[in-house]
Amino acid sequence: MTSATPLLPPAHWRDFLALTKPRVMTLVVFTGLCGMLAAPTSVHPVIGFTAILCIALGAGAAGALNQWYESDIDAVMRRTQKRPLPDGRMDRQAALHFGVGLGAFSVLFMGFAVNAVAAAILTVSILFYVLIYTVWLKRRTPQNIVIGGAAGAFPPLIGWAAATGDIALLPVLLFLFVFLWTPPHFWALALFMKSDYAAAGVPMLPVVSGERTTRTQIGLYTIPMAAVAILPWPLGLTGAIYGIAAVLLTGWFALLAIRVAKRTTHADDAMKPEKALFKYSILYLFVMFGALVVDRWFA
Amino acid sequence: MSIPDPVREEDLIRSRQRGRARVMAVLLGAFVILVFAISIAKIRAGMPH
Repeated sequence: MTSATPLLPPAHWRDFLALTKPRVMTLVVFTGLCGMLAAPTSVHPVIGFTAILCIALGAGAAGALNQWYESDIDAVMRRTQKRPLPDGRMDRQAALHFGVGLGAFSVLFMGFAVNAVAAAILTVSILFYVLIYTVWLKRRTPQNIVIGGAAGAFPPLIGWAAATGDIALLPVLLFLFVFLWTPPHFWALALFMKSDYAAAGVPMLPVVSGERTTRTQIGLYTIPMAAVAILPWPLGLTGAIYGIAAVLLTGWFALLAIRVAKRTTHADDAMKPEKALFKYSILYLFVMFGALVVDRWFA
Repeated sequence: MSIPDPVREEDLIRSRQRGRARVMAVLLGAFVILVFAISIAKIRAGMPH
């Protein structure tokens, strides 16, 4: 069945930029850069810049294809209603072509300018985000962001591979760290955006299993996340700068997570602890990766 | 419902096309410079292209 779509004027270039989810890209670029800078080999600045550019373009492509596929959900949720597709500022086909083109370009350019290992992991990360998370899991299971979280965990691995052409234990631990960080981060958001997800029919954990289960799961996932966050230090993969920062920052994360885990929502709840955990989780990831680079370069 | 003004719509389309063409020109220029820099970096490092 085909549906008639109104003829739209060409989209503004800013709408193409918005399609790449620039704010999400910031975190992806930063963790990718830190993965590269934490590697034991130095990379030529031009090649390093190109690798980070390709990671950013790949993330942008994945974001564009995600928005192309999810425009119906985005139209229902307040947080996403003003995106170019649900707001009617862009033709769906243009978004699809842009996403596919950008993704193919980022992978080919990574392979040409950097190395095949980094290009291969970039391909897997784009496909994982688009096919496994967006198309397969998101609308089907409350475990969507648990498994889908792997997509956002690839950048440090790609950054490391771009510098060394290989994979080692430290970037694998960084991958696991971001992977285990994702559920508490997203479920904190889902707790205070629950009504939006319910209206859009997205089976996020608070919608399907209730708030009590979600709060318990946030507490439970924080335990392995904390262990993996600190593990590089006792294993001798990082120095004391990272180790001490990891202990202190993760300790604060755990306190916020416990506070959320123990709470119950009451009428007219402003959900301040959940919002605090969500905001801190973003800062936490930035500072942890920053500490890793400081430790590698200045210890 | 208001009827769209064809002249205004034509202007909007032209201005969007101009904006996109300018951005594309800048990006292509930057791409050429980047490929040149990559080539120089690889030649200096003695790596195969």
